[in-house]
Amino acid sequence: MAGSMMSVLLYIFLGPLVGGLIAGIDRKISARMQGRYGPPLLQPFYDVLKLLSKESIAVNGIQNFFIFCFLIFIIFTGSLFFMGGDILLVIFALTLSSIFIVLGAFSANSAYSSIGAMRELLQMMAYEPMVLLTAIGFYVVTKSFNITDIMSFETPLVLYLPGIFLGFTYILTMKLRKSPFDISMSHHAHQEVVKGITTEFSGSTLAMIEIAHWYENVFLMGFIFLFFVWKMPGSWIIGIIACILLYFFEIVIDNASARYKWQLAFSSSWIAAAALGFTNLLILFLMK
Amino acid sequence: MSFLKKSPWIIHYDGTSCNGCDIEVLACLTPLYDVERFGVVNTGNPKHADILLITGSVNEQNKDVVWQIFNQMPNPKVVVAVGICATSGGIFAECYNVMGGVDKIIPVDVYVPGCAARPESIIDGVVKAVEILEEKRAAMTKKRKMAKVRRVSGPVSLSNMF
Amino acid sequence: MESILFLIIFPLLTGVALLFVRNDSIRRIIVRTAAFLLIIASILISVRYFDSGLELSLHKEWINYGMVAIELALAVLLIAISIKHKKYLPILLVIIQTTIINWYEFSYSHEVEIHADIVIDRFSLIMILITGVIGSLICVYALKYMEDYHHHHHEIKDRRNLFFFLLFVFLSAMFGIVLSNNLLWMYFFWEITTICSFLLIGYTRQDIAVKNSFKALIMNLFGGFGFAAAIMYLGYVVEIQELNKLPALAQSGIELLIPAVLLAIAGLSKSAQMPFSGWLLGAMVAPTPSSALLHSSTMVKAGVYLLIRIAPTLGYNVAGILVMMVGGITFFLASLMAITKSDGKKVLAYSTISNLGLIVACAGIGSYESIWAGILLIIFHAIAKSLMFLSVGTVEHSMGSRDIEDMHGLIIKLPAMALMMVIGIAGMFLAPFGMLISKWAALKAFIDSDNILIVLILVFGSASTLFYWTKWLGKLVAVLNKYERIPAKLTFDEWVSMGTHALLTVVVCFIFPMIGNHFIEPYLNTQFAQHLGSVISDGNIKIMSLMLGMVLLIPLGLIVFVTLKEDRIVTSYMGGVNRGDNRYFTDSKGQAKHLYLSNWYMEKYFNEARLSTIGNITTSAVIIVIFFMALGGVL
Repeated sequence: MAGSMMSVLLYIFLGPLVGGLIAGIDRKISARMQGRYGPPLLQPFYDVLKLLSKESIAVNGIQNFFIFCFLIFIIFTGSLFFMGGDILLVIFALTLSSIFIVLGAFSANSAYSSIGAMRELLQMMAYEPMVLLTAIGFYVVTKSFNITDIMSFETPLVLYLPGIFLGFTYILTMKLRKSPFDISMSHHAHQEVVKGITTEFSGSTLAMIEIAHWYENVFLMGFIFLFFVWKMPGSWIIGIIACILLYFFEIVIDNASARYKWQLAFSSSWIAAAALGFTNLLILFLMK
Repeated sequence: MSFLKKSPWIIHYDGTSCNGCDIEVLACLTPLYDVERFGVVNTGNPKHADILLITGSVNEQNKDVVWQIFNQMPNPKVVVAVGICATSGGIFAECYNVMGGVDKIIPVDVYVPGCAARPESIIDGVVKAVEILEEKRAAMTKKRKMAKVRRVSGPVSLSNMF
Repeated sequence: MESILFLIIFPLLTGVALLFVRNDSIRRIIVRTAAFLLIIASILISVRYFDSGLELSLHKEWINYGMVAIELALAVLLIAISIKHKKYLPILLVIIQTTIINWYEFSYSHEVEIHADIVIDRFSLIMILITGVIGSLICVYALKYMEDYHHHHHEIKDRRNLFFFLLFVFLSAMFGIVLSNNLLWMYFFWEITTICSFLLIGYTRQDIAVKNSFKALIMNLFGGFGFAAAIMYLGYVVEIQELNKLPALAQSGIELLIPAVLLAIAGLSKSAQMPFSGWLLGAMVAPTPSSALLHSSTMVKAGVYLLIRIAPTLGYNVAGILVMMVGGITFFLASLMAITKSDGKKVLAYSTISNLGLIVACAGIGSYESIWAGILLIIFHAIAKSLMFLSVGTVEHSMGSRDIEDMHGLIIKLPAMALMMVIGIAGMFLAPFGMLISKWAALKAFIDSDNILIVLILVFGSASTLFYWTKWLGKLVAVLNKYERIPAKLTFDEWVSMGTHALLTVVVCFIFPMIGNHFIEPYLNTQFAQHLGSVISDGNIKIMSLMLGMVLLIPLGLIVFVTLKEDRIVTSYMGGVNRGDNRYFTDSKGQAKHLYLSNWYMEKYFNEARLSTIGNITTSAVIIVIFFMALGGVL
């Protein structure tokens, strides 16, 4: 219990630092891939600290409150994850928090943020099945939804769940807001429907979205970590290496691909979930 | 320590330009000049931006647009007029529909001359703008502190919510 | 002991009394008093029989003969109405059914020993509470609603006395269904709900209403035919006529495939599963209180009630696969079709079909966990869906439209109604509210029972559920200008009814572990003859409660937030062409244009006609194939 409390505290305090650093490295590598020098490594922190010092503007009095809820529930979700809780509960909490940002964008009642919100919602519909199938895959192999139990399985889960791993990687691109799936909210210097879901948020509220995004990225990497970690004491190193490699791969995809239309983004991720996730599960059931 | 200097975000608005300056503005983002080195991001959204970069003159059609974009930016903010058209109307100044430079509508902080303005001078203008931005921020913080001392808490009502 | 009959007789008598009342204020007094008494009675009865349960045998021939007489009279009534409207299929179905059931009743039923006509266990108590509380509240709500309804629709003849008569008879029949253990009794009440729903749907007597009411009648009579055939088979072959004997028989290995399939068909048609889902959609032409009654707490719940009762029987044979497949397919396709609808009631209709599909699939799996989830789904769905129907009804009367597009900015237009709807919608799909808890349990049950296909259907179906509810929620919370507020005309009755619903939606989420421990698990322990305990672990329940607490703090947080924060209010970004505020922008011709934000309905991708054809064909195929497999297995 003390251990899990410790990791929750670590997540709450170090989560944004790690997430911000990842974002900084991401921008640096992306710049190098484009033949540019790129911003300083700590640029994401400069951005957020600047945003916090700016004037607070809004279209109405309540839109920013939804973003506040979004941040709180993202932190809650991540804490639940690092506490070693029930993975399905983590997913449900993640859905709840994502709904808050969508509602915030809807409540601003502006053309661009509404389109962004609709697209975000569509993306949620697109990735939800695969996320659930991932949890189900863990359960089928380890007989538990509990993250602590999943981590202490005898063999690396990716050996049993290669299809689910690929499917999860596919929709992870969506959650990391990277091309080709950055249709609702693009990052770095990209622009799509102005800034999509974040159009009407500025100053400290935008900073909150950014921080929530860092928190989210850290615990999404935790999902990848789960695929590669097993009972062996030193295996967490392998897990972290896998996360780093995967994130690098996502950066390559981000820089090498054009943005999908929502139709393709949606249908391809459902097909990926059905083809990769379902086939994997089916084989597991047949092997039993 | 202020971080405003390290992350000036820009919105670029094209008034009645011949597009010469616009191309030069975009050139600043290319690998050769790479303004992202200084944390500059072209946001395309007034609500995220610190610096309003305007190319081209202001005319009867777009004066409201310029004013609204400026108004929708959060403080502190600065305006940079890029190119001779934006500073004074340039060779189009006499046209029947052109009102003149950007300063006819909104307060301009930095004028970047040139036809078209060179990327180097645009970057120079932005650097100047960042300094002014920093001054404005300091003034704003001071004012806010003063206001906090003076503020009398007013009645709270639910109808303020919307 | 016989006091239990109060639940059946009292609403019936109230209904008859209301048939002769045409005065508004007298009707109001009667309905309010009766609703109050019914709620008290159902609570008292739950307390009274909570520990002991009840098995009551009346052994009175005259009751059976009375039922036969009423059935015959109703058959004659149906035939007369059908002839009047020149519909001949219902006549055929009525004649076949009445013949079967009477033949059985007179020739053979006396030889079957009846142990208990009425059985009350914890599951019946849940259903009694749902029917008693939710059903009565809907009747109270209907008072003002129907007054407004006839105020708005002068072309429809005011036959409110008949309407309230039918509502209360319906409640009486519903109590009858959940109390009866004798299948003949249950069949009797079952048919009464069919006829009542037929009359309620056709209430306005407009062409479309008549057409849809006959659609509902035919589909439900078809199901009733399945019920009658099942009774006959059980009586003749297995020699039982009691519902509570089925699970034990199934566990002892007696072949029950044919009656299981037949009862499943009856349950599926009543709970509006594909290919029978058409009647529920058509039923939306009826005034909203009757939709609320039919589709949240009664009619459709009778179907799933029967299926859950026989669920332990289904788990052992292909009938289970039938029910599971039909439920799963319906769940998925109905939730996709709900995406394309902007009419509030249509969305509610599809969501009802879809959620019932999930309950049906749970019944089809027939394991301890899945039935646990199914019963919980029944409870949460009844409350939240009823709240949604009532809110949509009130909004329709306040703004003259029930289109979701017109509910844009409802939080400004009608804040109280928007709040009710937000609670209702959150209750329908959002963590940590009720439906999600049950969906979670259902997911676990499906995986544990190794039905991988149903698992796949569930994950995709819940993703689309999320989509159509959230976009509705988004419409509600859009903030408009202050002066677009509409004066709300909520009466005392509506406040009481909807307020109680909203409160129940939240309270039930907090006390669901208790419902699980004290109602569902004891019932399941007797059904499965073993103790298996809670499906969701205590630790997770604690976290859920924590989340619920956090969510409930949101309104409070909002008030604090609004008072502390000082934002500079600016116009929304429209490329700088706003016309002074957020409502108008300058278009390319320099003219002011109204900004209109629409949700996505994606009709091209989730085409209703195409999806329902696919659904009807696949589910019909499943039913036919398994029906003939069952026949073939016996012959």
